[in-house]
Amino acid sequence: MVVKRLLMAVPVLWLILTITFFLLRAAPGGPFDQERELSPEIAALINTKYQLDQPLIVQYGQYLGNVLQGDLGPSFQYSDFSVNELIALGLPVSLKLGFYALLLALLLGVMLGMVAALYANKWPDLVAMITAMIGISTPNFVIAPLLILLLAVHLQWLPVGGWSGGQWTYVVLPVMTLSLPYIAAIARLVRGSLLEVLSQPFVRTARAKGLSSAQVLLRHALRPAMLPVVSYLGPAAVGLVTGSVVIEQIFGIPGMGRYFVQGALNRDYTLVLGVVLVVGLLMLLFNLIVDLLYRWIDPRIQQKGAH
Amino acid sequence: MKFKLGLVLLLVIVLVVLVGPLFSSFDAETIHWDDMAIPPDATYWMGTDVMGRDLFIRTLQGGQVSLMVGLVATLVSVIIGVCYGMVAGFFGGRVDAVMMRLVDVLYALPFLFLVILLMVFFGQYLWLLFVAIGCYLWLDMARIVRGQTMMLKTQTFVEASQALGQSDKTILFSHILPNLKGVVVVYATLLVPQVIMIESFLSFLGLGVQEPMTSWGALVNEGASNMDMASWSLLFPALFLALTLIGFNLVGDGLRDRWDPALNKQ
Amino acid sequence: MTNQTPLLNIKNLSVAFHTEHGKVMAVDDLSFQIGAGQTMGLVGESGSGKSVTALSVLGLVPQPPGQITAGQIEFHGTDLLSLPDKQLRKIRGNDISMVFQEPMTSLNPVFRVGYQIAEVLRLHQKLSRQQAKARTIELMDWVGIPEPQRRYKSYPHEMSGGQKQRVMIAMAIACEPQLLICDEPTTALDVTIQRQVLELLKNLQKELDMSMLFITHDLGVIADLADEVVVMYQAKKVEQASTRQIFNAPQHPYTKGLLACRPKLHDNPQRLLTVADFMDATGQELTPDKSVLASQQKTDKSTQKTLLEVKNLKTYFPLKSGFFGRVTSQVKAVDDVSFTVRKGETLGLVGESGCGKTTLGRTILKLQAATAGEVFYDGIDVFKQSPQDLRRLRSKMQIIFQDPYASLNPRMTVGQTLMEPLQLHQSQNSKAQNLQRAAELMAMVGMNPDQLNRFPHEFSGGQRQRISIARALAVEPEFIICDESVSALDVSVQAQVLNLLLDLQDQMDLTYIFISHDLSVINFIADRVGVMNQGKLVELNTAEAIYRNPQNEYTKKLLAAIPDGLPKAK
Repeated sequence: MVVKRLLMAVPVLWLILTITFFLLRAAPGGPFDQERELSPEIAALINTKYQLDQPLIVQYGQYLGNVLQGDLGPSFQYSDFSVNELIALGLPVSLKLGFYALLLALLLGVMLGMVAALYANKWPDLVAMITAMIGISTPNFVIAPLLILLLAVHLQWLPVGGWSGGQWTYVVLPVMTLSLPYIAAIARLVRGSLLEVLSQPFVRTARAKGLSSAQVLLRHALRPAMLPVVSYLGPAAVGLVTGSVVIEQIFGIPGMGRYFVQGALNRDYTLVLGVVLVVGLLMLLFNLIVDLLYRWIDPRIQQKGAH
Repeated sequence: MKFKLGLVLLLVIVLVVLVGPLFSSFDAETIHWDDMAIPPDATYWMGTDVMGRDLFIRTLQGGQVSLMVGLVATLVSVIIGVCYGMVAGFFGGRVDAVMMRLVDVLYALPFLFLVILLMVFFGQYLWLLFVAIGCYLWLDMARIVRGQTMMLKTQTFVEASQALGQSDKTILFSHILPNLKGVVVVYATLLVPQVIMIESFLSFLGLGVQEPMTSWGALVNEGASNMDMASWSLLFPALFLALTLIGFNLVGDGLRDRWDPALNKQ
Repeated sequence: MTNQTPLLNIKNLSVAFHTEHGKVMAVDDLSFQIGAGQTMGLVGESGSGKSVTALSVLGLVPQPPGQITAGQIEFHGTDLLSLPDKQLRKIRGNDISMVFQEPMTSLNPVFRVGYQIAEVLRLHQKLSRQQAKARTIELMDWVGIPEPQRRYKSYPHEMSGGQKQRVMIAMAIACEPQLLICDEPTTALDVTIQRQVLELLKNLQKELDMSMLFITHDLGVIADLADEVVVMYQAKKVEQASTRQIFNAPQHPYTKGLLACRPKLHDNPQRLLTVADFMDATGQELTPDKSVLASQQKTDKSTQKTLLEVKNLKTYFPLKSGFFGRVTSQVKAVDDVSFTVRKGETLGLVGESGCGKTTLGRTILKLQAATAGEVFYDGIDVFKQSPQDLRRLRSKMQIIFQDPYASLNPRMTVGQTLMEPLQLHQSQNSKAQNLQRAAELMAMVGMNPDQLNRFPHEFSGGQRQRISIARALAVEPEFIICDESVSALDVSVQAQVLNLLLDLQDQMDLTYIFISHDLSVINFIADRVGVMNQGKLVELNTAEAIYRNPQNEYTKKLLAAIPDGLPKAK
């Protein structure tokens, strides 16, 4: 299964690269358009250096060849760096941010959802669900400035932005804002699926055995109730990656998301392609892990095969 | 309860956004050089931004744009998603396998990244925003509709109709489509806030709606960068945006609770 | 019974449910006792309150919406209803345990079955992990699960329905309870499996000397199991007596009706008496017209013309696997089946779940593509028809399905449902004419024609099945396949629908293929019977010959498994 999925990843990644490559080239403007026109000689020189004078299809072929050898090419904008080096700098930062955010979303989301389900239609449920509703309805680029205003500017508990090598004071605020919508979404999912599972006959069986409510909940109901949450992790990860583009922008964090937007604005072809490739690869890997996790939780899946 | 609350909230917002500008004596582009970053008062009901433009009218006009993008892009994705899902689910077999494999592949693409690129390069066209978002969000709808169609197809009332000699086309339109209506309405309602969210996300990055036009996302972006000078320029658009999203989510949730038989049992 | 305190004493129990239509009494002032070692049968139709009674004993009634409004349930003299939860938990699964109806959903799908049984032992008997495992394997062996060592590690979805129910039983008897409550434990199982599970329960009851509360809608099941029977009707106890007396001399008209409406193997009346023949809507006793009980005169139909001919029919389902769904093997749902049906005849097709009887019916109507073989209807090759011709043919061949809930479009009124076939096949008629015809159809199946503008959810299961029959009749067919058409209905409703089908056959000279898992129903309605097993038609003969003198081994096994419905000798 795993091998098959990994093989399947190759054409998907190729598709991603191809679409992005030609989209980039179809776009008006080029990497070295500046306020002041470059002299034709210099422009020609640069174009030769980066092989932009070659026919498009030749460039595409060469690029693919390089990628296969693990070389993502030189960055057009940051002329001293290769794309590989830039990603090596940005990726760990983005990964750390995303990982903490996902972890926080899972922990808080599941806890909140459990409380809501156990007190269904009573006040703790109401409070949790109203909070969750506001959470999923408020974009994190709205929450981020508000939190900065409150916690960083007024109270001055935390720094306004920056990363500072990932010191925890710098990490708290971005992780919180990034994970907030996902805490809310997971809480709602857990509540819904837990309520459904609790009405299943096998929960009645567990109670008929003489298990206590806590045992029934934690041992028998929670694991099946986690299934929708696990399948939500895929889309959530995609959301976190795109969300981190904004969060990195707002907090001035030197991650991949910032490279992406800057690269796109500056027509830094190789950098954008590199980021898209890495993100695509990450998504595929993550979805694979999620699938394995799903199979581990639900033994029924193994027989049915993919989907 | 949820449904009614959300509906009232939405109606109020839509009314304010559509009718509100009639009561204002300002327009969105005029720069009042003497009144930059004025807090809300009797003249400027929501204050002015750092460039001296009336925020009341800007917020409402931005709302018109955001709501329009939300509705049109939702329509695009609903139409694509429903047609695609219905065809895949109804015909099943090889057709379904190929169609759904394509959806799987598209799911694996970091789509929003491509939308961002698209907007970076061709951002001056608003219609492109509709299409780009619509093309991104139809995938969920297609999956849901396909699943429902397959479920409905195995219901015996569809077989009974086949046994009566009814044609595929009539079965699709008179038996399956009416039964899909509920699910489609519910998920379309939940799509609108997603679309608005993406639009404002792109506008926040400066990639969506371009000046002189504005949208809530663009206003939040401006407001956020000037929040130390004019916090109201962040608060008002942010409040409108959040309330609208809450409204749509409440209505969608409420509808889902009513339609989803699994939830009704409890 | 002795004069000691009874093991279980239910006193004036009343349970209400709060629904959107207001408060509904699920159990109304119910009292009965169960002595040590005694088996009590609790009989009633769906919604009569029997399951709620069982759940009340264990304190498992969901509250809300349920609410126990009055009464006591005494176990060894202590009232379970006023016991704190902590003490009640010590009794649950230990002194009183329960086997539920749906073995498919009553086991937790994500845990191994061994773990689920061992959990009870570790909870109540404080056994260590090893001890519990060893004891679980003993228990699994005891309830007849083959290879218990290996099966210990199985997940529920890897087991058959019968095995899952055995696991449930092992779980219930793990702590050797004094009272075992069985809530329709065999209803979801095939008849041969039902037989085995009933035997198992009977033996366990003897070996453990426990009391049993056995809940069922099927009097036949309870006959040789229970010492005493309580009959419930609309939340109330209507009769309580020894099993022998219930069967031989029932007092209450409802009990009489319940006994009469179940088709029996040993006699074959023209029509079945139903509860409505014994009792009117107000509960007033009526004297039934016994003339319909005269034996059916089965006329010889072998001289009639052949209406349907099935030749070497095969329907295989490919089992797909792998990424692009390569076909790796096949399920032979219908495997080389041939038979003929003559005009005016009823052919019964009987078999257990998965034997291919439903697929056979659907393949004959071309609702399912055949793999090989031919079907001739009145000399016309059904599979070779153009779409237009097939459509015309379909006005002659109809089908009535099992599930009365899924077979009507929930978004269409009954009128629209009945008009659909009329518009299709009588397109020259005006709308008013079609409406008139729809009203006639409603009357024909015993429904009120004024209800045409109602939606399906406003009707009961039996009424919906009548509407489905009306829809099939709308195209004026000659031939109808009834696919388990009465299986989802309560026995008294089932009898009414069976009578209706026979009346319609007489009036319109209809030909039926009647598919069912229930041999008694088939015996009542069919002229000839085909027995199916694993896709093959293993025996085909007149109903009488099949029941009196079965030839095939499988047929014999099937017949032996039917509860004879006679009370056991004490």
